[in-house]
Amino acid sequence: MAFIDYYKILGLDKNASEKDIKAAYRKLARQYHPDLNPNDPEANKKFQQINEANEVLSDTEKRKKYDKYGENWQHGEEHEQYARQQQQNRQQYGGRQYSGYGGGFGQGFENYEDFSGGGDFSNFFEQMFGGSSGSRSRGQAKYRGQDFTAELHLSFRDAAETHKQTLTVNGKQIRITIPAGVENGQTIKIAGHGGPGSNGGPAGDLYISFAVANDPQFKRSGADLYVNKQIDLYTAVLGGEIMMDTLTGKVKLKVAAGTQNNTKVKLKGKGYPVYKKEGQFGDLYLTYEVQIPTNLTEKQKELFEQLAESERVK
Amino acid sequence: MTTTLISTTDFCTWHEVEHTFVRSLGDAGLIEITIIDKGEFIPDTQLQRLEKMVRLHHELDINLAGIEAITHMLDRVENMHHEMRTLKNRLRLYEED
Repeated sequence: MAFIDYYKILGLDKNASEKDIKAAYRKLARQYHPDLNPNDPEANKKFQQINEANEVLSDTEKRKKYDKYGENWQHGEEHEQYARQQQQNRQQYGGRQYSGYGGGFGQGFENYEDFSGGGDFSNFFEQMFGGSSGSRSRGQAKYRGQDFTAELHLSFRDAAETHKQTLTVNGKQIRITIPAGVENGQTIKIAGHGGPGSNGGPAGDLYISFAVANDPQFKRSGADLYVNKQIDLYTAVLGGEIMMDTLTGKVKLKVAAGTQNNTKVKLKGKGYPVYKKEGQFGDLYLTYEVQIPTNLTEKQKELFEQLAESERVK
Repeated sequence: MTTTLISTTDFCTWHEVEHTFVRSLGDAGLIEITIIDKGEFIPDTQLQRLEKMVRLHHELDINLAGIEAITHMLDRVENMHHEMRTLKNRLRLYEED
């Protein structure tokens, strides 16, 4: 466990006055406050560090102890006695009173050894001060918990149906309903499932981003689907019927005689479900790709030549 | 859809904020306050938005003008995120698998 330089975190030197500390804290808190940096775990972590630095340096007693032991805090009989005293206090009074922007979930927390593990304060702080003294006024210490973020991967077909999934977040199991039609990159908020708040502050929220995989057959834009459909030349020229795959099964389609290459056809209501609008679906757009025959037999070639000749003399 | 209304008096008591602060947010058009039988209420759909404004005020000492500016900026950021996501998904239409 490494020593944490609280003065450095707040950008101050050791002679900083109370006013300097307050000003530095305010400035950095405004920069890194989680409400101003939604979905940014790095900013949340930084805010936690700033809070901790302020907790120590704005409290005369804590600052005195911190300044006295400094980098040598792990040595010295006095510190050990103090640590023992803190341990007794914790056992007597039931441990930490705070929770704040702590926690550690998902990506981006691996590099913060001293601020990880779901606590409100770093291990360094806990060892040296034994958690918060709770000496600050209620208004100042009442913080909302950290927001957690998670990414959930869904297949194209799964995202087309309303279904339930159970997620494990920070050891807790949460069962969520995923509405049909959720978009790739869309984030939903599950209120109150983030980190716990401090001193009566509300818990943070859980943000789940969906990563919806592409489909090999259909392309999606919102609730509309796009697909290329190959048809042979004879059906394009003479018209006919084809079978077409949709999300809900096969449909039979009539192809008009004289259908041109790249003709677009709309199948109303055969697209993707509209998010949170039960029973509503987008449209499926087909683009016909007329296949020109190759490897013609002599007989077929002759017939095409006759056809070309008849076109010339028309 | 049913909207639950929360009394601003209850909200102010719970969050230890001045009633005038919530009212001034309503006057600035940042939240919607409904008056029923002389009582003031906020829809529960606005609760998180209002709580965020209270935190900005209490934890960061940001005044009403600052909250107004920040809220507008955060709304714009959210809209831009939404637009970016839509554009990214549209781009996937043209990408080779």
